[in-house]
Amino acid sequence: MDGHAVEVEGLVRRFGDLVAVDGVSFTVARGEVFGFLGPNGAGKTTTINMLCTLLAPTAGSARVNGYDIREQRNEVRESIGLVFQDPSLDDRLTANENLDFHAVIYAVPAREREERKRRVLEMVELMDRADDMVITYSGGMKRRLEIARGLLHNPRVLFLDEPTIGLDPQTRKHIWEYIEEMKRREDTTIFLTTHYMEEAERCDRIAIIDHGRIIALDTPDNLKDMVGGDVIRLRTGDDARAEEELKSRFGVSILEERDCLCFEVERGEEFIPRLFRELEVPIMAVNLQRPTLDDVFLKLTGREIREEEADGLADLRSLARVRPPFAR
Amino acid sequence: MDEDRGALSGDVREGREDERPAGRSSRMDRAMRGVYIIWLREFKRFWRDRARRIGGFGQPIIYLALLGVGMQNAFRVFGGGEFSYVKFMFPGILGMTVLFTAVFSAISIIWDREFGFLKEVMVSPVPRSSVALGKILGGSTTALLQAVIFLVLAFTPWFFGFSLSTLWKILAVLPALLLLAFSLTSLGVAVAARMTSFEGFPIVMNFLLMPLFFLSGAFFPLQGLPGWMDFLTKINPLTYGVDALRGVMLRGVELSGAAGPSLAQYAVWFKDKDIFSLGMSRGYPDPSAISSMTQRASLPVQVHPLWLDLLVMAGFGALLFALALWQFNRTQS
Repeated sequence: MDGHAVEVEGLVRRFGDLVAVDGVSFTVARGEVFGFLGPNGAGKTTTINMLCTLLAPTAGSARVNGYDIREQRNEVRESIGLVFQDPSLDDRLTANENLDFHAVIYAVPAREREERKRRVLEMVELMDRADDMVITYSGGMKRRLEIARGLLHNPRVLFLDEPTIGLDPQTRKHIWEYIEEMKRREDTTIFLTTHYMEEAERCDRIAIIDHGRIIALDTPDNLKDMVGGDVIRLRTGDDARAEEELKSRFGVSILEERDCLCFEVERGEEFIPRLFRELEVPIMAVNLQRPTLDDVFLKLTGREIREEEADGLADLRSLARVRPPFAR
Repeated sequence: MDEDRGALSGDVREGREDERPAGRSSRMDRAMRGVYIIWLREFKRFWRDRARRIGGFGQPIIYLALLGVGMQNAFRVFGGGEFSYVKFMFPGILGMTVLFTAVFSAISIIWDREFGFLKEVMVSPVPRSSVALGKILGGSTTALLQAVIFLVLAFTPWFFGFSLSTLWKILAVLPALLLLAFSLTSLGVAVAARMTSFEGFPIVMNFLLMPLFFLSGAFFPLQGLPGWMDFLTKINPLTYGVDALRGVMLRGVELSGAAGPSLAQYAVWFKDKDIFSLGMSRGYPDPSAISSMTQRASLPVQVHPLWLDLLVMAGFGALLFALALWQFNRTQS
């Protein structure tokens, strides 16, 4: 295969004073499932919009399928599929008509049209509702239809902006089955953004993005290795004393976390019995966790992704935290 | 609805080599395809919306029935003779129907932006000018349909009677209607392309449309107006539209025939009540009476020669279309 599906070099986008995307560079290989992981407002959608030629970059360059996103906008547009974060169906038309519309504007040959429509509709299990007005669909069904539509013209790269946001777990699981099916059958490159960890775990590679910059880029396994060992969360009768003891006797450093002691060790399952034997403070609860991408984000930024999405209070909380930030 | 779907699925021609990737069709081909499918969508949305079809028919009837009849009596009282105001007004209301339907069809752009569908179109490989043209043709079609529904009234005895000559007039008036619809939809698209609020569009449009409408000669003859007002009527595209419609409907198709009279002649006519009478004193006319009437009425019904009306409308159409394209190219999805 020739070159990369996506090549990005120093891409910047400003909105007035706000720097939404601050010089990101990366490449996506053909046939890869590539994830952009980061909290809301990190610059994920802005990056996608630039790659899809919906938004002009302030600086930097990018190529999608070998086409320059500034100079060859039409070629870029023909070779990609895009599923937006917000709905973009015409709900006064039927699913079939929405697909027909898409097929015509993407020049899907007429003789293949019925076959492809049938295939994508079966994939998202909407065949029996194909002739119903979209306005009668549930949120999950609309989402599935959008994904079906994004696949209709066999794009070489499919951009999915938060593909499963606001969906129930069952639908989310379905959508992931489609994504994997598509990658297998069509060799489609998939570029997606998410702030769900479970979703990011299923990608071949992930770029972690925060405040418009890529702070890490690797396979999920390698990223987790960065964190080091397993994470143990501990609640004790006297956290302050326990922290002292953990530092001096066990030689571990405490990660910042709100309501428990949290630290990482090489082999958690062997560390816990030792903890019970030797720690003098009474233990109330202990939890062992293999590292997750959440921990990676925590380690890299000192914050958790989930806090950010919760509400604006998250910022206040992170300011109000007493413990010193993660020390190495 | 079934045949609609057939049309949507069936009708687009494709290149012969089907192993050719979707993207490589020619630029022109792609542009035409875009225009076609966007036009078709506009049309279907209109056709399925019964409220729009019925509402669009109701408004002109209210104008004709209430304003037309009322004014006709007023003219009689103030010494206008037996002048058939309702008939004078008919082409004006026809123009009004096109004006409102055409301009307000452009609200679909704001609608599409609000509900996200505009993104689907904007990110597609279809050039923006095709999108704009598709929208404009779609709006023009709905306006034309609305006008045709209204034109059915022309067959009634109050207007032109049920005859072949009425049918001929209706057919003859269609090109002028299309030209008018195209210009006015372009105007609507030019405004809607940069607007984001549903609430704002009708307000801005009414502000623009009311003067266009009142200064077009739809309701009253444009003779003997003060200088500033006369000037405004002359730069109003709708003036030429209404003039052409009225000429064709009351006088017949005469491309370069007797043009509008000079200002001196106006003064003469206004004293000559006979011109205004249009023969209506004889009651509701039979077709032969109509033709003799329209002959006698040939001077006041049309101010400019038809070719000039059409030329000016085409000019306005081109100008407004260019404006719409320019604005649409700058739109944000």
